[in-house]
Amino acid sequence: MHEYSIVASLVDRVQREVDTRPGAVVRKLHVRIGELAGVELELLRTAFVTFRERSVCDGAELEIESVPASWRCSRCDRVIEPGAVLRCPICGRAAKLATGDDIILERIEMEVRDV
Amino acid sequence: MCEDCGCGDPELVPIDVHEHILADNGARAAHLREHFVEAHVLAINLMGSPGAGKTAVLEQTAKAFAGKRRLGAVSGDLATDRDARRLEAAGITARAITTGSACHLDARMLHDALHHMTWRDFDTFFIENVGNLVCPAIYDLGQAANVVALSVTEGEDKPLKYPVMFRNADLVLLTKIDLLPHLDVDVAAIRDGLSRVMPDPRMIAVSGKTGQGIGEWLAWLESRRTP
Repeated sequence: MHEYSIVASLVDRVQREVDTRPGAVVRKLHVRIGELAGVELELLRTAFVTFRERSVCDGAELEIESVPASWRCSRCDRVIEPGAVLRCPICGRAAKLATGDDIILERIEMEVRDV
Repeated sequence: MCEDCGCGDPELVPIDVHEHILADNGARAAHLREHFVEAHVLAINLMGSPGAGKTAVLEQTAKAFAGKRRLGAVSGDLATDRDARRLEAAGITARAITTGSACHLDARMLHDALHHMTWRDFDTFFIENVGNLVCPAIYDLGQAANVVALSVTEGEDKPLKYPVMFRNADLVLLTKIDLLPHLDVDVAAIRDGLSRVMPDPRMIAVSGKTGQGIGEWLAWLESRRTP
């Protein structure tokens, strides 16, 4: 259940942005989570709904972009199919994870008052 | 929204952040790693399910090193300092980190614990993480290597079921192999599973009870040491 601690870090990070823009109201967070990041999306949503109350994210929406895992040969860049042995069938090198380990806060949408 | 008339209507603005959500933990871990490297302390993050035999392996490790290495450890558990006391009895200078409800250690908890230890005196420092095959994998602690203890009683499919933990492992210790004669477990199937989740699968079979395989484990530890 480390999703709660991830949300706590997320809210802290958003707070830092709001601190520099007095009166700003957070409307939406865009995050990107990889399939092999070890983050359960439903738990993350639940944790966010629980945590956002009485925080700077109160009432804000969480939009999650889920990124599938993909592996490639670390030398010839050939795609290694999901579930296959993680070694290039051509050149024998170990595969490397090309996508799917992100735990990224991409963007915050906030309302700011015109001055 | 309203940019011209001065009515003060709110305007929706996007703020690009593009940062790892655990960046703070990452920065603390980098700080710890710098200290470990500079003091020539080999830091090992030992993870695995509850009951995988992490503490037993460390007890055997201390016995096999027989005082030739200065060993230190922290031991993370939700409650009690039982593991730390077992490690102390085995000759490892150890401190418990009681996490309460947290399912993993993070860099801040480790940093706080190190303030109470003379960690620079160790040449090998084991971070025995909270027993859990999921959460500890994503928190960098400044370690030189991740080691996952997987016991033969846990079933052959664990690597495929918990790919995140095994993907991040530099080594898997297959533990409790003294039990193999009593079990219907196919070690080849475990190796095959690891090869599908670990890009560079390395496994050493050990027994915390008989000491089998511990020599190979010690040799692996020595190979990770920076000169």
